[in-house]
Amino acid sequence: MSETILKVEGLNKNFGGVAAIVDVSFEVKKGELLGIIGPNGSGKTTLVNLLTGFVKPDSGRVFYRGVDITGKKPYKIAEMGIARTFQMVKPFYQLSAFKNLIIPLYSSRVRRLRGGMYGDRDDVAIDLLEDVGFERDSFVPYKVASSLPHGYLKRLELARCLALRPELLILDELFSGMSMSEVASTLPIIERLNGEGLTILMVEHRLKELFRIAHRVIALNFGSKIADSPPGEIMENEAVKAAYLGSEEEGEDA
Amino acid sequence: MNKEPIKFRKERLDRGIKARCEDIFALSSYREILYLLLPRVLPVALLLVFPLFKDIVGLYWEKVLVITCAIALLSLSWDWLASVGLISLGQALFFGVGAYVTGSLNYAFKWPPLITIPLGTLGGALICTLLLLPVLRLRGVYFAIVTLTLPLLLMRFIETTKILGGTEGLSALTPLPSLWVELYVPVFTLLICLFGFRRLINEDYGLVLQGIRDNDRAVMSGAINIYWFKTQAVFLAALVGSFPGAFMTHYYQFVGMPAFALDYSILPLTAAVLGGVGTFAGPTLGAFILVPLSEVLRAFGTLRVVFYSAILIICVVGLPEGVFHYIRRKYHQFERMVEVG
Amino acid sequence: MLLSILIYGLINSIILALTAIGFSLTFGISGVANFAYGGFYILSGFLVWMLLNYLRFPLLLAIALTIGVVGLLGFITYWIILLRVRGIALSEVIATFALGVGILELFRYLGFVTYEFTLPYLKKGMILIAGVPVDYQRLYIIGIGLALVLFLYFFTHHTRIGLSFRGIAQNERTAISLGIRSDWTAALSLAFGCAMGALAAIVILPLGIISINTGYEVLLIAVAVGIVGGLESVSGILIASLILGYTQVFTGTYLKPEWMMVVYLAAIVIVLTIKPSGLFGKFKELEERV
Repeated sequence: MSETILKVEGLNKNFGGVAAIVDVSFEVKKGELLGIIGPNGSGKTTLVNLLTGFVKPDSGRVFYRGVDITGKKPYKIAEMGIARTFQMVKPFYQLSAFKNLIIPLYSSRVRRLRGGMYGDRDDVAIDLLEDVGFERDSFVPYKVASSLPHGYLKRLELARCLALRPELLILDELFSGMSMSEVASTLPIIERLNGEGLTILMVEHRLKELFRIAHRVIALNFGSKIADSPPGEIMENEAVKAAYLGSEEEGEDA
Repeated sequence: MNKEPIKFRKERLDRGIKARCEDIFALSSYREILYLLLPRVLPVALLLVFPLFKDIVGLYWEKVLVITCAIALLSLSWDWLASVGLISLGQALFFGVGAYVTGSLNYAFKWPPLITIPLGTLGGALICTLLLLPVLRLRGVYFAIVTLTLPLLLMRFIETTKILGGTEGLSALTPLPSLWVELYVPVFTLLICLFGFRRLINEDYGLVLQGIRDNDRAVMSGAINIYWFKTQAVFLAALVGSFPGAFMTHYYQFVGMPAFALDYSILPLTAAVLGGVGTFAGPTLGAFILVPLSEVLRAFGTLRVVFYSAILIICVVGLPEGVFHYIRRKYHQFERMVEVG
Repeated sequence: MLLSILIYGLINSIILALTAIGFSLTFGISGVANFAYGGFYILSGFLVWMLLNYLRFPLLLAIALTIGVVGLLGFITYWIILLRVRGIALSEVIATFALGVGILELFRYLGFVTYEFTLPYLKKGMILIAGVPVDYQRLYIIGIGLALVLFLYFFTHHTRIGLSFRGIAQNERTAISLGIRSDWTAALSLAFGCAMGALAAIVILPLGIISINTGYEVLLIAVAVGIVGGLESVSGILIASLILGYTQVFTGTYLKPEWMMVVYLAAIVIVLTIKPSGLFGKFKELEERV
């Protein structure tokens, strides 16, 4: 594939003596859909937090399109085009779904990318919601976020990221807590986004779904990278097998 | 025999007229226009004509109106901070700093109120924002702790360093030019701030601030510098909070340590909680209930503060909705009991 | 001169630590910033005074009773007020703040403002330590302060309830899932915090008169020490008390005694500017744990 969009070099992070991430290095190519798997507590969310500036690494570097973004503030990293979802979705509860999207649309990044156009923000927000599977002509986009079911909130979270017009999208366990049918309807959205050229880094517990769409998968265990291969081969890897069998069967049953 | 009593549940229905009026500005009758306008126009009109009847109601109650407006402005400023998720326990900070800046400018340079009040408001807001800047990086109760502490400490600071008149304060400041200025400036400022805040919080700018209250991390990952927005919000609140300080300094022709008094912290807070947090109209209403009440209870001295505290606890624990939400609900909705099957 | 600064600096530091420890304990365990702390502190002082002067109780009994009653009041406060607003920071802060102000202003209204309101020393007289006169009361303060810190350490590390305190402090959800009753623990943390405030009041107040304004000052001290040391850490409290205590004594000796209060302002502003989480705070802004 083409140029490298994200390059991680020797990342380390300790939490009070517990090693959360140990010497992790990898690269993400432009247009790639990279999966990251690992048993519970293997440091996946910490890795996302490190990449997006919510946690500062103890050592190591993160380069985004050749620029060193290690230790930058989260909003600066987002400004450069990396959007992320949160595992625990916490929308802006008192605002309606489409108003939730006004907030990223208000950022200087989006206004710059849209050439200063701002008056049509409501339409853009509704379009974005339709993109992630909200029913356009229903009342759902106008409902207060606190009254939406979990599956919608997860997709609202995805729309919040897309509003930013990202070049790299990081999904932190987007499918967790979603029902089978919700996953089935969200999967094509992600495939489509990737098909349109968006680079996606997907941290996921639902392996079957992930393996269906990912180009390449990295496995973590106890904070270290233990495998890096195409999805078809990753479960053949002895270290990965041991990591999953050694802890739990989660993800296999999805 | 198991005879269960019939259970009822309260059901609330929007009035038809409300459902039609909301967001759709196709009003078909005077009744609908009145329905929408009355709750807005009537209080404003009352407020505007009240000073005209100064000969009937007496100057004492006109003075109460000025103090009420001052407290209402402070509680508006409190509510503004609350809608960004910042809890202020020391509105006296804004009041006191605004008062002292105005007072010392007038005392030192003999500038007229027309210059010192705007300068005092602006200067006070700048100083307060700078003082609060370090805490804005933290979440949680730190803001409350620091706002509670600062007015007490500044009072001590003035007392010990004997600057700005020390315990005596600065007196014999320039009085305001006329009675009409005394009465109408606070009223108009209150109305401008009230409707300004109500408007601003529903603009996109206000949505960002509300987003910071609900989930600051999600706002940050939306490429928005939350610290900069919080700073702006604090500056606006400090502006609205410093104005009454600046104004009352010339009104009393005196500024002293009482400007940092606990009353200026707890009265706006009580007014906001009593009236209903998050609506701006609520806190204003709360101030118009509390301050006149507190004048009536003047004979009780410091027991009034105990009384405010009691109201605060009861409202926070038992009636978190607030008076304004209650009235609004009654105005917009029918209530009836329905049988629960 | 230097020796007296050393000794009185230590005493002053321990007074600060004693004052602050109840507030920090509650905050560290249950995350409740108990703004009623100053109110409970002064309440304890007046309670002992009333038991001694109206009911003629012996001193030790009055002290024990007061600590028990104030601890119980803290416990009740949790169940009646805080439980209903738990998790809503806005309401928690306002409710405790209002409670504190209410207690203090009620005493002011009832006329507890004159110079007759003093507590007796635990033991009268003084001794010379290396030529510096120190009265017994201040020695008691040192003793009780140190004992309290040691007790706290053993309590939180070696007893069941203490361990559950630490569990809640570290991760409430996990603690609940392990069968620790979070409401009970939080109520107990409030009770312990208040009882410690009462103990501090009883040993410290005899050094001066019981005045209402002390109530606000106590909150100020607790907060200043907490901010400088980091609100959740006991060792941070100790070190912050030492820093503030000695700085105060230095300013008191070499500048003017009135400047001592200004030290707090300076300390708070400096620490907040340089390291907002406090010198030893574990509070990391915007950190999501694994």
